[in-house]
This record gives sequence, C-alpha cells and structure tokens, in this order.
Amino acid sequence: MQPDAKIPGGPIQEKWDRHRFELKLVNPANKRKFKIIVVGTGLAGSSASASLAELGYFVKTFCIQDSPRRAHSIAAQGGINAAKNYQNDGDSIWRLFYDTVKGGDFRSREANIYRLSQLSENIIDQCVAQGVPFARDYGGLLANRSFGGAQVSRTFYARGQTGQQLLLGAYSSLSRQIADGKVQMVPRREMTDIVVINGQARGIVVRNLITGEHESHEADAVVLATGGYGNVFYLSTNATSCNVEACFKAYKKGAFFANPCYTQIHPTCIPHSGDYQSKLTLMSESLRNDGRVWVPAHSGDTRRPHDIPESERNYYLENKYPSFGNLVPRDVASLNAKDQCDAGYGVGPTGYAVYLDFADAIHRDGKEVIQKKYGNLFDMYENITGEDPYKTPMMIYPASHYTMGGLWVDYNLMSTIPGLFVLGEANFSDHGANRLGASALMQGLADGYFIIPYTIGGYLAGNSLPDVNTSHPAFKEAIGESQNRIEKLLSIRGNRTADDIHRELGQIMRHYCGMARNENGLNKSIQLIRNLRDEFWQNLLVPGSDKDYNLSLQKAGRVDAFLEFGELLAIDALARKESCGGHFNEAYQTEEGEAKRDDENFCHVSAWEYKGYGQKPEFHMEPLVFENVELTQRSYK
Amino acid sequence: MTPETKTITITLKVWRQKGPGAKGKLETIQVKDISTHMSFLEMLDVVNEDLAKNGKEPIEFDNDCREGICGMCGAVVNGIAHGPKKGMTLCQLHMRKFNDGDTIIVEPWRARAFPVIKDLIVDRSALDKIIQSGGYVSVNVGGSPDGNAIPVPQEIAEKAMDAAACIGCGACVAACPNASAMLFISAKVSQLALLPQGKPEAAKRVLEMLRKMDECDFGNCSNERECEAVCPKEISITHIARLNREYFKAGFFSEFK
Repeated sequence: MQPDAKIPGGPIQEKWDRHRFELKLVNPANKRKFKIIVVGTGLAGSSASASLAELGYFVKTFCIQDSPRRAHSIAAQGGINAAKNYQNDGDSIWRLFYDTVKGGDFRSREANIYRLSQLSENIIDQCVAQGVPFARDYGGLLANRSFGGAQVSRTFYARGQTGQQLLLGAYSSLSRQIADGKVQMVPRREMTDIVVINGQARGIVVRNLITGEHESHEADAVVLATGGYGNVFYLSTNATSCNVEACFKAYKKGAFFANPCYTQIHPTCIPHSGDYQSKLTLMSESLRNDGRVWVPAHSGDTRRPHDIPESERNYYLENKYPSFGNLVPRDVASLNAKDQCDAGYGVGPTGYAVYLDFADAIHRDGKEVIQKKYGNLFDMYENITGEDPYKTPMMIYPASHYTMGGLWVDYNLMSTIPGLFVLGEANFSDHGANRLGASALMQGLADGYFIIPYTIGGYLAGNSLPDVNTSHPAFKEAIGESQNRIEKLLSIRGNRTADDIHRELGQIMRHYCGMARNENGLNKSIQLIRNLRDEFWQNLLVPGSDKDYNLSLQKAGRVDAFLEFGELLAIDALARKESCGGHFNEAYQTEEGEAKRDDENFCHVSAWEYKGYGQKPEFHMEPLVFENVELTQRSYK
Repeated sequence: MTPETKTITITLKVWRQKGPGAKGKLETIQVKDISTHMSFLEMLDVVNEDLAKNGKEPIEFDNDCREGICGMCGAVVNGIAHGPKKGMTLCQLHMRKFNDGDTIIVEPWRARAFPVIKDLIVDRSALDKIIQSGGYVSVNVGGSPDGNAIPVPQEIAEKAMDAAACIGCGACVAACPNASAMLFISAKVSQLALLPQGKPEAAKRVLEMLRKMDECDFGNCSNERECEAVCPKEISITHIARLNREYFKAGFFSEFK
C-alpha cells in the first residue's frame, strides 16, 4: 500500500489556499460539541491547543511535566526563520522554500515546505502580538540574524532564549483558554495508549504520575505533539523526559513510522566528560556566526590553544567550504568534526572535540558586543566546563539533537490512523533528511497555529463519528495491557536500572547508528539491541511501586519503547542504501567524502508498518516528486 | 586543558517524604567518589542508582532539560534555593563548588502554596493559576498586524526581555520569608506593561494576578529581596517596583476594579 499524501493539485503557490477552500468547515455552533485531545505542550501542542480552543472546540491537553510551560521547545536557543525579507537582502518565500528543500537534501515534500515558508510570516506577527520580546534594532523594528546554512538574515530571535519566549507565548495563549474553560489542562500524565475504535482514533489512556492510576479519555480526534526520539542515543541535547513512547504506541496501533533513520547531530555541543553524564548541552549554532572552528594542523598536538600559532591551525570548514565557511549546514559541520577527530586531530581530554574560537571576533567587535550577543551561552559554557570562553577557545563536539523522522502524516498532518494527527518534531514531514537551523520552531508553530485548526475541521466535518465513551471495551483493554506491562516491569527485580540499560542502548546507537553508518555495523546493532532487550526483560530493576510518584518506573516504560524503536531505526538505515543529510552510510559518499544520494532508487519516504513484536516491519514507499526544485548535489563550497 | 577533575566524599542530608499527607524527615546518606565534574543532579542520579541497587527507594526530584531553562528542577541546598551559586538553577550547579567532606542539606521548596508531592517534588500549579488569571495578551490566532507595524524601542524590548526570562521555577517563593510570589508576578506584569502589545490589558492584568496570588495562599511582599538573590535568571526587584506602579495606576485611574 502506498500511503496517500493527499497533496492538493495546482501550482505550488496556490496549493494551501486552494486546500483551505476545499476543506469542509465545521459550523461554528457545532464546534463546541467536538472534543479534541492534544498530547504534549511544546510549541506544536500548546499552539494547537490554544488555537483549537479559540475556534470553539473543546480541548483536553496532557503533558508529562508539572506545567505545560516546561516542554523541551523551551530549550531552543537560536531563533525562528521567517521569509519577511525585512533586511532587504533578497529573501522571499521561494528562497526559504528552496533553502529548506535543499537543506533537507531533497528528501522532503515540496508542498509541505512551501506551505511552511508561506506561514512563516504569520508566525512572527502572531508572536509579536502575544508580547514575545524579540530582539529589536535601534529604530524599534525587528532584528534578524543569519543562521546555519542561510545566506540571508531571516532569523528572528530573543537573545539566546528564542524557544523559551515562543513557548511562553504559546503557553500564555493556552493559559487564557484554560481560564476560559475551553481547555482542560491535565499535567503529570504519561500516555500509555491510543484507543482506536472502528478504525478511528477515539481517545487515549494515560497514567497519573502522582497516584499511578490509569485514566481513560475519549475524543473525536487525537493530536500527538510529543516531540522527537533523540534520547534513543541516551546522550543527547534532549530533556530527560523526552521519549518515543506515545509515538511508538501509535505505531503499534497502526500509524506508519517514517524515516526513523533521519537523525540530526548538532555540531556545537559541549563534549562528553564522564560515564555519569546524563545529557549533553547544546551551544546555539548562532555561535558559528562569529566563532571560527579549527583543530591543530598536526595530529596529537597537545599544546594549549594559545600556544598553537596561526600557521599550525587548520580552519577546516573555512578551507574546505570557502563560500559558507563556518556556516555550513549542521550535518556537514558535524560530519567534518567527526572526520577530524577520527583522523587524530581532535582536542581535549578525550580527543573528541574541536575548537570554536572567538578571539578574532572579540578583537574585531570588542568583548562587549560579543557578550551582548552570546553572553548567556558563554556563561553556561564556563559553568559546565570551568573554562572562560572569552579567554580560551570553546571545545565543541556534535551530539544528537533533533530527529527529522517521525510518524508519517499526510498534507493534513493526519497519520495512517484516521483521526490521529501528529504535529511538530513528532511527525516527519518537513525537514527531509536534515533540518536547517531555526526551522524547528517555525514548523512547530506553523503546525499548531495555522495548519491543524483548518485540517482537523476538514476531518471532523467530513467523517461520521459515532458516539463513544470511556466504558467502551477498547479503553478497558488498553488499561489492562498497560497494567500488565507495569506488573511485569516491577516483578523482574533484577540487577540493572532502566538508566543503566538505556546507557548501554545509547552506546550501541551512537556507535553503529550515529553520525556515520555502514551495513555491517547496522546489522550488528540489531543483534545487540535484541540481546539488550532480553537483558531488559530478565534483569531489570525497578524500585518502588506503581501506587505513587515513581520516576524509575516511568523510565522503565520509556526504555522499553526505545529498545524496540532502536531496532526500527537501524532497519530503516539499512534499507536506505544511499547517504543523504543526517543519514550518512559510509558506502555512499563522493570522492570528497560528502553524502551521495541515489535519486533514482531512494527519492522516497520510507514508511514502516508494525507487524508484531519481534517481527520485521512492513515497508511502504511514498515517492517524492520534485516539480519546482531541481535535484542537485548539495554543495556549500 | 579541562580543569582538574577530582573526586570528593560528601554527607547528604536529604528530605524524604512519602506523600502529600505523610510526615517527612531528613535522611543521612554517605556519598563517596563523586567527580567534581558532575552536576548536582548527576550526583543525585548516582546516589539513586545506589539506593535502587540496595533495595531502597530513590530520592524523587523534578528535573527535565538539565540546562537551566525549563524551570522544572529546584531544591533548597544548604538553606539556599538552587544552591550556593548565584544566577543558576540546581541542574547547572556543579560539584566543583563543594569540598571534600562537606555536609549538604537538601530540602524541597517550602511554601504553603507548594504542597510536597514526594521527597523533593512539590506542586507548583498555583503559579500556572496566576498566569491563567491574566498573564497574557488576549489575541486570537489570525488577525495580528505585521510584526513591524508597532516599533518598540530597543531599550524597552531589552527590559521586557529581562523580565520575560523568568522560568517559573518557584525559587523566589521558596526564598521569601512570606512565601510571596511577587517576583514571579512582577516579571510577567512588567514584561507586558513595558510592551505596547500588553498595554490595553495592563490594569486588569495586575489586579487579577495579585488577587489570584492572595487566593492561592502566597504571602505578600515586604521587600526582603531574598527572591532576587536566588533567582536563577537574576530577575531584579525593580520589576516589583514597576508592578507596584502598575498596581497604583490601576487602582487610581483605571475603569477596571
């Protein structure tokens, strides 16, 4: 079966307009009769909840943290793109569209990206109206900066806390709807299952994390905005609670999972320092605007950076990519850092780090200017490492940061389960094989503020939805399954905590399915993951009970999902016999070591269908058609 | 290159409380071989791993982003909310700030408005309720004017951003002898009173948010400045001054009561 993306016909500029006209509308008086469940309160979930409630729908919103304001969108630092062309530097909707298609290495849908580029302008207007304190120029107009992979300044920002400010904007809109009684906010819940009745998503089952009790919630449609799966690598820049469980449950219930092998490794993170380490901290890539990346020209050079003269430094990005220099896209920057370190030029105690040097920028602009731009990032770096980046170059190394793959959705953002919509990082649709900087915030908010309010209406108006309530056996069954699993997890009483097993899974994933992959390694990883899964079910230790707050139990459930999901990621990576964007298979590279696509055989989305525990998932293909952008070998030289 | 790593031994006295109604107490745990490169929360992870392996229940504590921005973590460490280092959340505190042989006392936020859920976890939903009472600009998605339609002087935008940096962690409440949420409220009131977008609802906002603060059992502000001292985002009490100005303005001149 080929999944139908339902892309509207007509010229690309008119598709969204036309589609909005063709979508059926829900009578305003009827909207309050529809109940919509939203899971997750990041940019996509909060903005969707707020805008659906504004339209009159009754919304129930769930999050795992104590407050919807905590979701991990809050940690995005750099900015949000919009094709406003305020800087008069040649930007346009078309250019943002083109840059995003190219940046994604031609593995995303043209129509989705064009819509995203169109909506980018509305997002900025909406956020300004909410009181988001974007950076301003002296004249009082909005300031912009250029950001990874773009040659125009189209990135809007609020110091180094853009994600925080946009999320708090969405949270404030959500809060207003909660106060009005239009949104019922249910925090500290984990979603344990999606309930599908007569082939339609009709509710969810959640567990109250404080009491441990299961609860059933019915709805006319379910929206998942539960983020990405970067924590499959254990060490990543994700928050500790980021997990794939909700998406994986949806996958098991029939939603296809698309392109799980597309993972983004962010080039500018603080390097790994010890086994106890729980996460890696990202330094915004806006730092690459002023910082220069280099390694010693001689391998094994252990002199302090100051003692290495200019002539013995290799500014490898500037040398290799003269026109983009330090601003090459993330995948290119990451892979080059790995190559330098693998070849023995890495610095720091582990040899897995490169310098990001601000000496020239400080000399040119003065410390004050640099401090104003990056002060909080410099402070953060100094606090974590104990070194002062105003004096000594930063050390950075790539880390898992964002996942482009996700649940497969059509142009309406609906998964292969009717009535189950997926937004933000949790879906797969817009970034192809690599996401450009400052595009995640744009996508999350476009999905939530401007796309789902229309497309969910089309679904609700165009389908018959018989009455369903939580006494339906499907809810009881879902609760029973979850309870069984919990009892099983608690009864193993082995020797290894969920964290411990997760750490091992992360090592496997980073080693064999990380920045560079090959067929042998991927096959080996599948075997290792299976063994680890056996170990998990035989030797897991979950302290405490399921009757009160128990983080260890929550983690065990998440690791269970990651252990199955990791295999899916490897299977997808094996099936994609080419290199593109964040998926780099060593067998497919140009002579210069760049990713080499195979457009003849792999210009498609890989969508996987669950076939049972331990069974090979079934492959489905959605071909990608490029009518507006010519497929080229990406070059940032 | 990296500053020297060493390991230290510490005595942890940590608050253990089974549940909201239960009686809590400080439990003493000896912790060996802690690398000074660890963050405070990573130290607790290591302690928890040990507790679990010895058949005991781990110390429950809220945490999420571990990079100082989500506002989820927080505990009172040696009497100071978020610990001894200024301008920083608990997750950003590193063990190199402690010495070998130190005794470290770890307690949850204490305030009538923040009941303990378990161990170091407290219920901060009262802060959400305050935002729901008026911490927003009432604009629906759709009709917003162009982002550049209303210029905002850079200085004003910067001041608004200073206030908007609040992460809603609740340290200000924990540090205040009155358990007041004044700094938290002032950050939002100040941000939105400074920006032109927030002005139409300024009077209603300040009155409603303060009313809600009282309703949620927070105390009042008596200028102790403890909040400012512990705020991980170093939000200044000048925002409380602006809140007071907004409050008087609303009380004397506004139609809204």
